[in-house]
Amino acid sequence: MNLTDLLPAAPEMTLLGLICVVLLADLFVEDEKRVITFWLTIAALFITGTSLVLTAQETRTVLFDGSYVSDPLSHVLKLTAVGVVAIGFMYARDYLHQNKLFKGEYYVLGLFGLLGTMVMISANSMLTMYLGLETLSLSLFALVAFDRNSATAAESAMKFFVLGAIASGALLYGISWIYGITGSLQFHEISEAIRTNPEINAVPLWFGLAFVIVGIGFKFGAVPFHMWLPDVYQGARSPVTLYIATAPKLAALALTLRILVDGFSGLHEVWQGMIMVLAVLSLVIGNVVAIAQTNIKRMLGYSAIGHVGFILLAVFCGTGQGYAAALFYTLTYVVMAAGSFGMVILLSRQGFEAELLSDFKGLNARSPWFAFMMLFFMFGLAGVPPWVGFFAKLNVISAVLDAGFPGLAVLMVLAAVVGAFYYIRVVWLMYFESAEERAILQAKVDTRFILSLNGLAVLAIGLMPGWLLSLCMRVLG
Amino acid sequence: MIGLQHYLTIAAVLFALSVAGIFINRRNLILLLMCIELMLLAVNFNFIAFSRHLGDETGQIFVFFILTVAAAEAAIGLAILIVIFRSRRTINVRELDSMKG
Repeated sequence: MNLTDLLPAAPEMTLLGLICVVLLADLFVEDEKRVITFWLTIAALFITGTSLVLTAQETRTVLFDGSYVSDPLSHVLKLTAVGVVAIGFMYARDYLHQNKLFKGEYYVLGLFGLLGTMVMISANSMLTMYLGLETLSLSLFALVAFDRNSATAAESAMKFFVLGAIASGALLYGISWIYGITGSLQFHEISEAIRTNPEINAVPLWFGLAFVIVGIGFKFGAVPFHMWLPDVYQGARSPVTLYIATAPKLAALALTLRILVDGFSGLHEVWQGMIMVLAVLSLVIGNVVAIAQTNIKRMLGYSAIGHVGFILLAVFCGTGQGYAAALFYTLTYVVMAAGSFGMVILLSRQGFEAELLSDFKGLNARSPWFAFMMLFFMFGLAGVPPWVGFFAKLNVISAVLDAGFPGLAVLMVLAAVVGAFYYIRVVWLMYFESAEERAILQAKVDTRFILSLNGLAVLAIGLMPGWLLSLCMRVLG
Repeated sequence: MIGLQHYLTIAAVLFALSVAGIFINRRNLILLLMCIELMLLAVNFNFIAFSRHLGDETGQIFVFFILTVAAAEAAIGLAILIVIFRSRRTINVRELDSMKG
Protein backbone atom coordinates (compact mmCIF):
# COMPACT_ATOMS: atom_id res chain seq x y z
CA MET A 1 0.00 0.00 0.00
CA ASN A 2 1.27 3.38 -1.02
CA LEU A 3 1.10 6.37 1.31
CA THR A 4 -0.40 8.53 -1.42
CA ASP A 5 -3.37 6.15 -1.55
CA LEU A 6 -4.42 7.62 1.80
CA LEU A 7 -4.64 11.12 0.34
CA PRO A 8 -8.46 11.26 0.31
CA ALA A 9 -8.39 10.87 4.10
CA ALA A 10 -5.84 13.67 4.47
CA PRO A 11 -8.32 16.26 5.85
CA GLU A 12 -9.17 14.09 8.90
CA MET A 13 -5.53 13.27 9.52
CA THR A 14 -4.55 16.93 9.17
CA LEU A 15 -7.28 17.95 11.59
CA LEU A 16 -6.27 15.31 14.14
CA GLY A 17 -2.64 16.44 13.98
CA LEU A 18 -3.64 20.08 14.35
CA ILE A 19 -5.91 19.32 17.32
CA CYS A 20 -2.90 17.83 19.08
CA VAL A 21 -0.95 21.01 18.28
CA VAL A 22 -3.73 23.21 19.70
CA LEU A 23 -4.06 21.01 22.78
CA LEU A 24 -0.34 21.14 23.50
CA ALA A 25 0.06 24.82 22.69
CA ASP A 26 -2.83 25.66 25.00
CA LEU A 27 -0.97 24.09 27.93
CA PHE A 28 1.82 26.62 27.61
CA VAL A 29 -0.28 29.71 26.98
CA GLU A 30 -0.96 32.02 29.91
CA ASP A 31 -4.51 33.06 30.65
CA GLU A 32 -4.18 36.61 29.34
CA LYS A 33 -2.69 35.35 26.07
CA ARG A 34 -5.43 32.76 25.54
CA VAL A 35 -6.31 34.49 22.29
CA ILE A 36 -3.35 32.59 20.79
CA THR A 37 -5.34 29.35 21.22
CA PHE A 38 -8.23 30.97 19.45
CA TRP A 39 -6.17 32.02 16.44
CA LEU A 40 -4.45 28.63 16.33
CA THR A 41 -7.89 27.01 16.22
CA ILE A 42 -9.00 29.26 13.40
CA ALA A 43 -5.74 28.48 11.57
CA ALA A 44 -6.34 24.74 12.11
CA LEU A 45 -9.82 25.08 10.62
CA PHE A 46 -8.45 27.07 7.71
CA ILE A 47 -5.77 24.46 6.97
CA THR A 48 -8.32 21.64 7.23
CA GLY A 49 -10.63 23.48 4.87
CA THR A 50 -7.77 24.05 2.43
CA SER A 51 -6.78 20.38 2.51
CA LEU A 52 -10.42 19.48 1.86
CA VAL A 53 -10.47 21.66 -1.22
CA LEU A 54 -7.11 20.36 -2.43
CA THR A 55 -7.96 16.67 -2.03
CA ALA A 56 -11.52 16.94 -3.39
CA GLN A 57 -12.14 14.58 -6.28
CA GLU A 58 -15.13 14.08 -8.52
CA THR A 59 -14.85 10.33 -8.23
CA ARG A 60 -15.77 8.04 -5.38
CA THR A 61 -12.78 6.56 -3.53
CA VAL A 62 -13.07 3.83 -0.92
CA LEU A 63 -10.23 3.40 1.56
CA PHE A 64 -9.20 1.30 4.56
CA ASP A 65 -10.70 -1.96 3.27
CA GLY A 66 -14.04 -0.35 2.59
CA SER A 67 -14.45 1.49 5.92
CA TYR A 68 -13.98 4.99 4.60
CA VAL A 69 -15.44 6.69 1.57
CA SER A 70 -14.55 9.97 -0.06
CA ASP A 71 -17.11 11.25 -2.54
CA PRO A 72 -18.47 14.66 -3.63
CA LEU A 73 -21.24 14.45 -1.00
CA SER A 74 -18.65 14.12 1.75
CA HIS A 75 -16.67 17.11 0.45
CA VAL A 76 -19.72 19.38 0.47
CA LEU A 77 -20.83 18.33 3.95
CA LYS A 78 -17.32 18.52 5.43
CA LEU A 79 -16.58 21.95 3.99
CA THR A 80 -19.86 23.27 5.36
CA ALA A 81 -19.11 21.72 8.76
CA VAL A 82 -15.65 23.32 8.89
CA GLY A 83 -17.17 26.64 7.83
CA VAL A 84 -19.97 26.74 10.40
CA VAL A 85 -17.66 25.65 13.21
CA ALA A 86 -15.26 28.46 12.30
CA ILE A 87 -18.14 30.96 12.21
CA GLY A 88 -19.38 29.70 15.56
CA PHE A 89 -15.95 30.16 17.14
CA MET A 90 -15.75 33.70 15.79
CA TYR A 91 -19.14 34.63 17.29
CA ALA A 92 -18.29 33.01 20.60
CA ARG A 93 -15.00 34.82 21.25
CA ASP A 94 -16.27 38.02 22.91
CA TYR A 95 -18.94 36.19 24.87
CA LEU A 96 -16.44 33.72 26.30
CA HIS A 97 -14.09 36.56 27.20
CA GLN A 98 -16.77 38.50 29.06
CA ASN A 99 -18.06 35.47 30.94
CA LYS A 100 -14.60 34.28 31.99
CA LEU A 101 -15.03 31.10 29.97
CA PHE A 102 -12.28 31.82 27.48
CA LYS A 103 -10.55 28.46 27.88
CA GLY A 104 -8.75 26.08 25.58
CA GLU A 105 -11.22 23.26 26.32
CA TYR A 106 -13.96 24.90 24.33
CA TYR A 107 -11.83 24.99 21.20
CA VAL A 108 -10.25 21.55 21.60
CA LEU A 109 -13.58 19.86 22.29
CA GLY A 110 -15.14 21.75 19.41
CA LEU A 111 -12.39 20.55 17.07
CA PHE A 112 -12.76 16.96 18.28
CA GLY A 113 -16.49 17.20 17.65
CA LEU A 114 -15.72 18.40 14.14
CA LEU A 115 -13.38 15.45 13.65
CA GLY A 116 -16.19 13.09 14.70
CA THR A 117 -18.56 14.84 12.29
CA MET A 118 -16.07 14.44 9.44
CA VAL A 119 -15.51 10.74 10.21
CA MET A 120 -19.28 10.16 10.24
CA ILE A 121 -19.69 11.97 6.94
CA SER A 122 -17.07 9.71 5.33
CA ALA A 123 -18.17 6.49 7.02
CA ASN A 124 -18.69 3.51 4.77
CA SER A 125 -19.16 0.91 7.47
CA MET A 126 -21.15 0.68 10.69
CA LEU A 127 -17.94 0.61 12.73
CA THR A 128 -16.61 3.87 11.29
CA MET A 129 -20.03 5.43 11.72
CA TYR A 130 -20.18 4.37 15.37
CA LEU A 131 -16.69 5.67 16.15
CA GLY A 132 -17.38 9.01 14.47
CA LEU A 133 -20.68 9.28 16.29
CA GLU A 134 -19.08 8.66 19.67
CA THR A 135 -16.24 11.09 19.00
CA LEU A 136 -18.86 13.73 18.25
CA SER A 137 -21.23 12.82 21.10
CA LEU A 138 -18.62 12.56 23.84
CA SER A 139 -17.19 15.95 22.84
CA LEU A 140 -20.67 17.44 22.92
CA PHE A 141 -21.47 16.06 26.40
CA ALA A 142 -18.28 17.59 27.76
CA LEU A 143 -18.90 20.87 25.90
CA VAL A 144 -22.38 21.28 27.41
CA ALA A 145 -20.96 20.82 30.91
CA PHE A 146 -17.88 22.92 30.33
CA ASP A 147 -19.14 25.85 32.39
CA ARG A 148 -18.48 24.09 35.70
CA ASN A 149 -20.28 26.63 37.86
CA SER A 150 -23.62 26.50 36.11
CA ALA A 151 -26.10 24.07 37.67
CA THR A 152 -28.44 24.21 34.67
CA ALA A 153 -25.60 23.41 32.27
CA ALA A 154 -24.65 20.37 34.35
CA GLU A 155 -28.24 19.22 34.50
CA SER A 156 -28.73 19.53 30.76
CA ALA A 157 -25.40 17.80 30.16
CA MET A 158 -26.58 14.85 32.24
CA LYS A 159 -29.87 14.63 30.35
CA PHE A 160 -27.99 14.84 27.08
CA PHE A 161 -25.54 12.19 28.23
CA VAL A 162 -28.15 9.68 29.36
CA LEU A 163 -30.34 10.04 26.29
CA GLY A 164 -27.32 10.10 23.99
CA ALA A 165 -26.07 6.89 25.57
CA ILE A 166 -29.48 5.25 25.11
CA ALA A 167 -29.39 6.35 21.47
CA SER A 168 -25.95 4.80 20.95
CA GLY A 169 -27.13 1.64 22.70
CA ALA A 170 -30.21 1.35 20.50
CA LEU A 171 -28.17 2.05 17.38
CA LEU A 172 -25.61 -0.60 18.35
CA TYR A 173 -28.28 -3.16 19.16
CA GLY A 174 -29.77 -2.58 15.72
CA ILE A 175 -26.34 -2.81 14.10
CA SER A 176 -25.67 -6.13 15.85
CA TRP A 177 -28.84 -7.62 14.34
CA ILE A 178 -28.03 -6.25 10.91
CA TYR A 179 -24.54 -7.69 11.19
CA GLY A 180 -25.89 -11.06 12.26
CA ILE A 181 -28.31 -11.29 9.37
CA THR A 182 -26.34 -9.80 6.50
CA GLY A 183 -22.91 -10.92 7.78
CA SER A 184 -21.30 -7.57 7.12
CA LEU A 185 -20.80 -4.11 8.58
CA GLN A 186 -20.11 -2.32 5.31
CA PHE A 187 -22.96 -0.45 3.71
CA HIS A 188 -22.35 -1.77 0.24
CA GLU A 189 -22.06 -5.36 1.32
CA ILE A 190 -25.27 -4.98 3.34
CA SER A 191 -27.03 -3.57 0.31
CA GLU A 192 -25.59 -6.36 -1.85
CA ALA A 193 -26.70 -9.02 0.65
CA ILE A 194 -30.25 -7.67 0.60
CA ARG A 195 -30.27 -7.67 -3.19
CA THR A 196 -28.91 -11.19 -3.66
CA ASN A 197 -30.79 -12.91 -0.81
CA PRO A 198 -34.35 -11.60 -0.86
CA GLU A 199 -35.31 -14.10 1.86
CA ILE A 200 -33.35 -12.16 4.53
CA ASN A 201 -35.71 -9.24 3.96
CA ALA A 202 -37.87 -10.36 6.88
CA VAL A 203 -38.82 -9.49 10.45
CA PRO A 204 -35.37 -9.92 12.12
CA LEU A 205 -33.74 -7.48 9.69
CA TRP A 206 -36.61 -5.00 10.09
CA PHE A 207 -36.20 -5.33 13.85
CA GLY A 208 -32.56 -4.31 13.57
CA LEU A 209 -33.43 -1.49 11.17
CA ALA A 210 -36.06 -0.16 13.58
CA PHE A 211 -33.46 0.14 16.35
CA VAL A 212 -31.09 1.92 13.98
CA ILE A 213 -33.86 4.38 13.10
CA VAL A 214 -34.49 5.00 16.81
CA GLY A 215 -30.79 5.92 17.03
CA ILE A 216 -31.10 8.26 14.06
CA GLY A 217 -34.21 9.82 15.58
CA PHE A 218 -32.38 10.52 18.85
CA LYS A 219 -29.38 12.05 17.11
CA PHE A 220 -31.55 14.27 14.92
CA GLY A 221 -33.85 15.15 17.81
CA ALA A 222 -36.98 13.91 16.04
CA VAL A 223 -40.21 13.45 18.03
CA PRO A 224 -40.71 11.17 20.07
CA PHE A 225 -36.96 11.09 20.74
CA HIS A 226 -36.59 14.86 21.16
CA MET A 227 -36.78 15.15 24.97
CA TRP A 228 -33.14 16.16 25.36
CA LEU A 229 -33.11 18.83 22.68
CA PRO A 230 -34.98 21.80 24.22
CA ASP A 231 -33.33 21.29 27.62
CA VAL A 232 -29.86 21.11 26.12
CA TYR A 233 -30.43 24.16 23.92
CA GLN A 234 -31.64 26.11 26.94
CA GLY A 235 -29.22 24.82 29.55
CA ALA A 236 -25.97 25.02 27.60
CA ARG A 237 -24.14 28.33 27.29
CA SER A 238 -25.08 30.09 24.05
CA PRO A 239 -21.81 29.38 22.14
CA VAL A 240 -22.24 25.68 22.91
CA THR A 241 -25.86 25.80 21.79
CA LEU A 242 -24.70 27.36 18.55
CA TYR A 243 -22.28 24.48 18.08
CA ILE A 244 -24.93 21.83 18.82
CA ALA A 245 -27.39 23.49 16.47
CA THR A 246 -25.02 23.35 13.48
CA ALA A 247 -22.32 20.70 12.91
CA PRO A 248 -24.18 17.74 14.53
CA LYS A 249 -27.13 18.34 12.21
CA LEU A 250 -24.83 17.77 9.23
CA ALA A 251 -23.53 14.63 10.95
CA ALA A 252 -27.08 13.38 11.54
CA LEU A 253 -27.92 13.92 7.87
CA ALA A 254 -24.81 11.95 6.90
CA LEU A 255 -25.84 9.19 9.30
CA THR A 256 -29.27 9.02 7.69
CA LEU A 257 -28.11 9.17 4.09
CA ARG A 258 -25.26 6.69 4.53
CA ILE A 259 -27.26 4.05 6.39
CA LEU A 260 -30.69 4.38 4.80
CA VAL A 261 -29.60 5.18 1.23
CA ASP A 262 -26.21 3.49 0.83
CA GLY A 263 -27.07 0.48 2.99
CA PHE A 264 -30.83 0.03 2.99
CA SER A 265 -32.17 1.48 -0.25
CA GLY A 266 -33.45 -2.04 -0.95
CA LEU A 267 -35.67 -1.83 2.11
CA HIS A 268 -37.13 1.55 1.21
CA GLU A 269 -40.75 0.46 1.77
CA VAL A 270 -39.86 -0.76 5.24
CA TRP A 271 -38.13 2.34 6.59
CA GLN A 272 -40.37 4.78 4.74
CA GLY A 273 -43.23 4.25 7.20
CA MET A 274 -41.02 4.67 10.27
CA ILE A 275 -39.41 7.84 8.93
CA MET A 276 -42.83 9.24 8.08
CA VAL A 277 -44.09 8.83 11.65
CA LEU A 278 -40.98 10.58 13.04
CA ALA A 279 -41.22 13.37 10.47
CA VAL A 280 -44.93 14.10 10.88
CA LEU A 281 -44.76 14.12 14.68
CA SER A 282 -41.69 16.40 14.56
CA LEU A 283 -43.38 18.83 12.18
CA VAL A 284 -46.51 19.12 14.30
CA ILE A 285 -45.08 19.06 17.82
CA GLY A 286 -41.97 21.12 17.03
CA ASN A 287 -43.90 23.95 15.44
CA VAL A 288 -46.83 24.01 17.84
CA VAL A 289 -44.86 23.83 21.09
CA ALA A 290 -42.41 26.50 19.87
CA ILE A 291 -45.26 29.03 20.00
CA ALA A 292 -45.61 28.62 23.76
CA GLN A 293 -41.95 29.38 24.52
CA THR A 294 -40.69 32.54 26.15
CA ASN A 295 -37.03 31.55 26.06
CA ILE A 296 -35.53 32.17 22.63
CA LYS A 297 -33.00 29.33 22.85
CA ARG A 298 -35.75 26.91 23.77
CA MET A 299 -37.95 28.31 21.00
CA LEU A 300 -35.16 27.81 18.46
CA GLY A 301 -34.75 24.29 19.88
CA TYR A 302 -38.39 23.41 19.16
CA SER A 303 -38.10 25.11 15.80
CA ALA A 304 -35.09 22.85 15.09
CA ILE A 305 -37.36 19.86 15.77
CA GLY A 306 -39.80 21.26 13.21
CA HIS A 307 -37.00 21.68 10.66
CA VAL A 308 -35.89 18.10 11.28
CA GLY A 309 -39.42 17.09 10.27
CA PHE A 310 -38.87 18.74 6.88
CA ILE A 311 -35.48 17.09 6.41
CA LEU A 312 -36.82 13.65 7.29
CA LEU A 313 -39.81 14.07 4.98
CA ALA A 314 -37.40 14.86 2.14
CA VAL A 315 -35.46 11.66 2.92
CA PHE A 316 -38.77 9.80 3.21
CA CYS A 317 -39.48 10.28 -0.53
CA GLY A 318 -36.68 7.88 -1.39
CA THR A 319 -35.96 9.68 -4.67
CA GLY A 320 -32.82 11.48 -5.83
CA GLN A 321 -34.84 14.70 -5.81
CA GLY A 322 -35.82 14.07 -2.20
CA TYR A 323 -32.25 13.42 -1.06
CA ALA A 324 -31.06 16.56 -2.84
CA ALA A 325 -33.85 18.54 -1.13
CA ALA A 326 -32.78 17.13 2.25
CA LEU A 327 -29.17 18.13 1.61
CA PHE A 328 -30.18 21.61 0.43
CA TYR A 329 -32.40 22.05 3.48
CA THR A 330 -29.73 20.95 5.95
CA LEU A 331 -26.98 23.06 4.39
CA THR A 332 -29.09 26.20 4.41
CA TYR A 333 -30.58 25.47 7.84
CA VAL A 334 -27.19 25.30 9.54
CA VAL A 335 -26.21 28.65 8.01
CA MET A 336 -29.40 30.27 9.34
CA ALA A 337 -29.11 28.56 12.74
CA ALA A 338 -25.52 29.75 13.08
CA GLY A 339 -26.64 33.31 12.38
CA SER A 340 -29.61 33.31 14.76
CA PHE A 341 -27.61 31.87 17.64
CA GLY A 342 -24.84 34.31 16.75
CA MET A 343 -27.35 37.11 17.41
CA VAL A 344 -28.35 35.53 20.74
CA ILE A 345 -24.66 35.46 21.72
CA LEU A 346 -24.14 39.04 20.60
CA LEU A 347 -27.09 40.23 22.67
CA SER A 348 -25.68 38.72 25.86
CA ARG A 349 -23.25 40.74 27.90
CA GLN A 350 -21.14 40.27 30.93
CA GLY A 351 -23.15 38.42 33.55
CA PHE A 352 -26.33 38.67 31.51
CA GLU A 353 -27.70 35.94 29.28
CA ALA A 354 -30.05 37.28 26.63
CA GLU A 355 -32.32 34.28 26.67
CA LEU A 356 -35.81 35.65 26.75
CA LEU A 357 -37.79 36.77 23.76
CA SER A 358 -38.41 40.05 25.58
CA ASP A 359 -34.66 40.79 25.44
CA PHE A 360 -35.16 41.41 21.72
CA LYS A 361 -37.72 44.18 22.34
CA GLY A 362 -36.86 47.39 20.53
CA LEU A 363 -33.61 46.08 19.13
CA ASN A 364 -34.17 48.22 16.04
CA ALA A 365 -33.91 51.40 18.10
CA ARG A 366 -30.68 50.19 19.71
CA SER A 367 -28.82 48.65 16.77
CA PRO A 368 -30.72 48.90 13.49
CA TRP A 369 -28.20 46.90 11.46
CA PHE A 370 -28.17 43.93 13.84
CA ALA A 371 -31.95 43.99 14.07
CA PHE A 372 -32.02 43.95 10.27
CA MET A 373 -29.73 40.90 10.21
CA MET A 374 -31.91 39.12 12.80
CA LEU A 375 -34.87 39.87 10.53
CA PHE A 376 -33.00 38.10 7.72
CA PHE A 377 -32.42 35.01 9.87
CA MET A 378 -35.99 34.91 11.16
CA PHE A 379 -37.51 35.37 7.70
CA GLY A 380 -35.09 32.77 6.39
CA LEU A 381 -36.09 30.21 9.02
CA ALA A 382 -39.78 31.04 8.61
CA GLY A 383 -39.58 30.50 4.87
CA VAL A 384 -40.59 33.96 3.68
CA PRO A 385 -39.62 34.50 0.01
CA PRO A 386 -37.08 35.47 -1.24
CA TRP A 387 -34.99 34.32 1.75
CA VAL A 388 -33.40 30.92 1.31
CA GLY A 389 -35.67 29.05 3.73
CA PHE A 390 -38.50 29.48 1.27
CA PHE A 391 -36.68 27.57 -1.48
CA ALA A 392 -35.54 24.89 0.96
CA LYS A 393 -39.16 24.27 1.96
CA LEU A 394 -40.37 24.52 -1.63
CA ASN A 395 -37.88 21.84 -2.75
CA VAL A 396 -39.01 19.44 -0.04
CA ILE A 397 -42.68 20.05 -0.78
CA SER A 398 -42.24 19.50 -4.52
CA ALA A 399 -40.19 16.33 -3.88
CA VAL A 400 -42.96 14.97 -1.66
CA LEU A 401 -45.60 15.91 -4.27
CA ASP A 402 -43.61 14.20 -7.04
CA ALA A 403 -43.32 11.09 -4.90
CA GLY A 404 -47.14 11.09 -4.73
CA PHE A 405 -48.03 12.20 -1.20
CA PRO A 406 -50.23 15.33 -1.52
CA GLY A 407 -51.53 14.94 2.06
CA LEU A 408 -48.07 15.31 3.51
CA ALA A 409 -47.40 18.34 1.31
CA VAL A 410 -50.50 20.04 2.72
CA LEU A 411 -49.35 19.23 6.25
CA MET A 412 -45.95 20.76 5.53
CA VAL A 413 -47.52 23.98 4.26
CA LEU A 414 -49.67 24.19 7.39
CA ALA A 415 -46.65 23.54 9.62
CA ALA A 416 -44.69 26.25 7.80
CA VAL A 417 -47.54 28.73 8.33
CA VAL A 418 -47.77 27.94 12.04
CA GLY A 419 -43.97 28.15 12.25
CA ALA A 420 -43.94 31.56 10.58
CA PHE A 421 -45.95 32.95 13.52
CA TYR A 422 -43.26 32.59 16.17
CA TYR A 423 -40.44 33.78 13.92
CA ILE A 424 -42.37 36.84 12.89
CA ARG A 425 -43.18 37.48 16.56
CA VAL A 426 -39.44 38.03 17.11
CA VAL A 427 -39.39 40.53 14.25
CA TRP A 428 -42.45 42.26 15.74
CA LEU A 429 -40.71 42.55 19.12
CA MET A 430 -37.61 44.04 17.52
CA TYR A 431 -39.39 46.64 15.41
CA PHE A 432 -42.67 47.55 17.08
CA GLU A 433 -42.09 47.23 20.82
CA SER A 434 -40.20 49.78 22.84
CA ALA A 435 -36.92 48.80 24.39
CA GLU A 436 -36.44 48.25 28.11
CA GLU A 437 -32.74 48.69 27.57
CA ARG A 438 -30.85 51.42 25.78
CA ALA A 439 -27.35 49.96 25.48
CA ILE A 440 -26.03 49.68 21.93
CA LEU A 441 -24.71 46.26 20.93
CA GLN A 442 -20.95 46.08 21.03
CA ALA A 443 -19.09 43.79 18.67
CA LYS A 444 -15.61 43.57 17.26
CA VAL A 445 -15.18 44.46 13.60
CA ASP A 446 -14.54 40.87 12.49
CA THR A 447 -17.61 39.51 14.33
CA ARG A 448 -19.71 42.29 12.87
CA PHE A 449 -18.38 41.55 9.40
CA ILE A 450 -18.98 37.80 9.60
CA LEU A 451 -22.47 38.20 11.02
CA SER A 452 -23.35 40.59 8.20
CA LEU A 453 -21.90 38.19 5.66
CA ASN A 454 -23.89 35.36 7.26
CA GLY A 455 -27.11 37.39 7.06
CA LEU A 456 -26.52 38.54 3.50
CA ALA A 457 -25.74 34.94 2.47
CA VAL A 458 -29.21 33.89 3.68
CA LEU A 459 -30.68 36.45 1.27
CA ALA A 460 -28.19 35.92 -1.56
CA ILE A 461 -28.62 32.13 -1.72
CA GLY A 462 -32.36 32.73 -1.61
CA LEU A 463 -32.16 35.08 -4.60
CA MET A 464 -29.96 32.64 -6.53
CA PRO A 465 -30.77 29.14 -5.24
CA GLY A 466 -30.07 27.46 -8.58
CA TRP A 467 -26.35 26.80 -8.19
CA LEU A 468 -26.67 25.28 -4.72
CA LEU A 469 -29.57 23.11 -5.82
CA SER A 470 -27.71 21.85 -8.87
CA LEU A 471 -24.68 21.20 -6.65
CA CYS A 472 -26.87 19.13 -4.30
CA MET A 473 -28.30 17.20 -7.27
CA ARG A 474 -24.83 16.58 -8.66
CA VAL A 475 -23.16 15.31 -5.48
CA LEU A 476 -25.99 12.87 -4.87
CA GLY A 477 -26.14 11.78 -8.49
CA MET B 1 -27.70 -27.86 23.33
CA ILE B 2 -27.26 -24.13 23.76
CA GLY B 3 -27.60 -22.42 20.40
CA LEU B 4 -27.59 -18.97 18.86
CA GLN B 5 -31.16 -18.22 19.91
CA HIS B 6 -30.33 -18.70 23.59
CA TYR B 7 -27.56 -16.15 23.39
CA LEU B 8 -29.78 -13.74 21.50
CA THR B 9 -32.53 -14.19 24.06
CA ILE B 10 -30.27 -13.44 27.00
CA ALA B 11 -28.88 -10.41 25.20
CA ALA B 12 -32.42 -9.17 24.51
CA VAL B 13 -33.39 -9.72 28.16
CA LEU B 14 -30.32 -7.82 29.38
CA PHE B 15 -31.03 -5.01 26.92
CA ALA B 16 -34.65 -4.76 28.01
CA LEU B 17 -33.62 -4.80 31.69
CA SER B 18 -31.18 -1.97 31.15
CA VAL B 19 -33.73 0.17 29.29
CA ALA B 20 -36.31 -0.53 32.01
CA GLY B 21 -33.69 0.37 34.61
CA ILE B 22 -33.03 3.72 32.97
CA PHE B 23 -36.68 4.67 32.80
CA ILE B 24 -37.93 3.21 36.08
CA ASN B 25 -35.05 4.33 38.28
CA ARG B 26 -35.86 7.78 39.66
CA ARG B 27 -33.44 7.99 42.56
CA ASN B 28 -29.81 7.56 41.77
CA LEU B 29 -27.71 8.74 38.87
CA ILE B 30 -25.03 6.11 39.51
CA LEU B 31 -27.58 3.36 38.90
CA LEU B 32 -28.41 5.08 35.65
CA LEU B 33 -24.77 4.93 34.56
CA MET B 34 -24.69 1.25 35.46
CA CYS B 35 -27.77 0.60 33.33
CA ILE B 36 -26.08 2.32 30.38
CA GLU B 37 -23.06 0.08 30.85
CA LEU B 38 -25.31 -2.99 30.98
CA MET B 39 -26.95 -1.92 27.74
CA LEU B 40 -23.62 -1.82 25.91
CA LEU B 41 -22.63 -5.19 27.35
CA ALA B 42 -25.90 -6.71 26.14
CA VAL B 43 -25.00 -5.48 22.66
CA ASN B 44 -21.56 -7.07 23.00
CA PHE B 45 -23.23 -10.38 23.84
CA ASN B 46 -25.19 -10.13 20.60
CA PHE B 47 -22.12 -9.29 18.54
CA ILE B 48 -20.08 -12.18 19.91
CA ALA B 49 -22.92 -14.65 19.43
CA PHE B 50 -23.41 -13.57 15.82
CA SER B 51 -19.68 -13.48 15.17
CA ARG B 52 -19.31 -17.06 16.40
CA HIS B 53 -22.35 -18.16 14.45
CA LEU B 54 -21.14 -16.57 11.20
CA GLY B 55 -17.53 -17.63 11.72
CA ASP B 56 -16.48 -14.03 11.05
CA GLU B 57 -14.19 -12.04 13.35
CA THR B 58 -15.50 -8.56 12.51
CA GLY B 59 -18.11 -8.74 15.24
CA GLN B 60 -15.53 -9.51 17.90
CA ILE B 61 -13.40 -6.59 16.73
CA PHE B 62 -16.45 -4.37 17.02
CA VAL B 63 -16.78 -5.52 20.64
CA PHE B 64 -13.30 -4.24 21.44
CA PHE B 65 -14.24 -0.84 20.08
CA ILE B 66 -17.49 -0.81 22.07
CA LEU B 67 -15.64 -1.69 25.28
CA THR B 68 -13.16 1.13 24.73
CA VAL B 69 -15.85 3.67 23.94
CA ALA B 70 -17.90 2.49 26.94
CA ALA B 71 -14.95 3.24 29.21
CA ALA B 72 -14.64 6.75 27.77
CA GLU B 73 -18.38 7.22 28.08
CA ALA B 74 -18.37 6.16 31.74
CA ALA B 75 -15.54 8.61 32.42
CA ILE B 76 -17.52 11.50 30.95
CA GLY B 77 -20.69 10.40 32.72
CA LEU B 78 -18.97 10.33 36.09
CA ALA B 79 -17.34 13.70 35.40
CA ILE B 80 -20.73 15.26 34.70
CA LEU B 81 -22.07 13.56 37.83
CA ILE B 82 -19.39 15.22 39.92
CA VAL B 83 -20.20 18.62 38.41
CA ILE B 84 -23.85 18.07 39.31
CA PHE B 85 -23.00 17.01 42.84
CA ARG B 86 -20.77 20.04 43.36
CA SER B 87 -23.47 22.48 42.34
CA ARG B 88 -26.52 20.76 43.85
CA ARG B 89 -25.29 18.46 46.60
CA THR B 90 -27.55 15.68 45.33
CA ILE B 91 -27.54 13.03 42.62
CA ASN B 92 -31.23 12.29 42.81
CA VAL B 93 -32.72 11.96 39.32
CA ARG B 94 -36.05 13.39 40.46
CA GLU B 95 -34.46 16.70 41.37
CA LEU B 96 -33.04 17.32 37.90
CA ASP B 97 -36.08 19.24 36.76
CA SER B 98 -35.19 22.92 36.69
CA MET B 99 -36.11 23.27 33.00
CA LYS B 100 -39.65 22.85 31.77
CA GLY B 101 -41.84 23.72 28.81
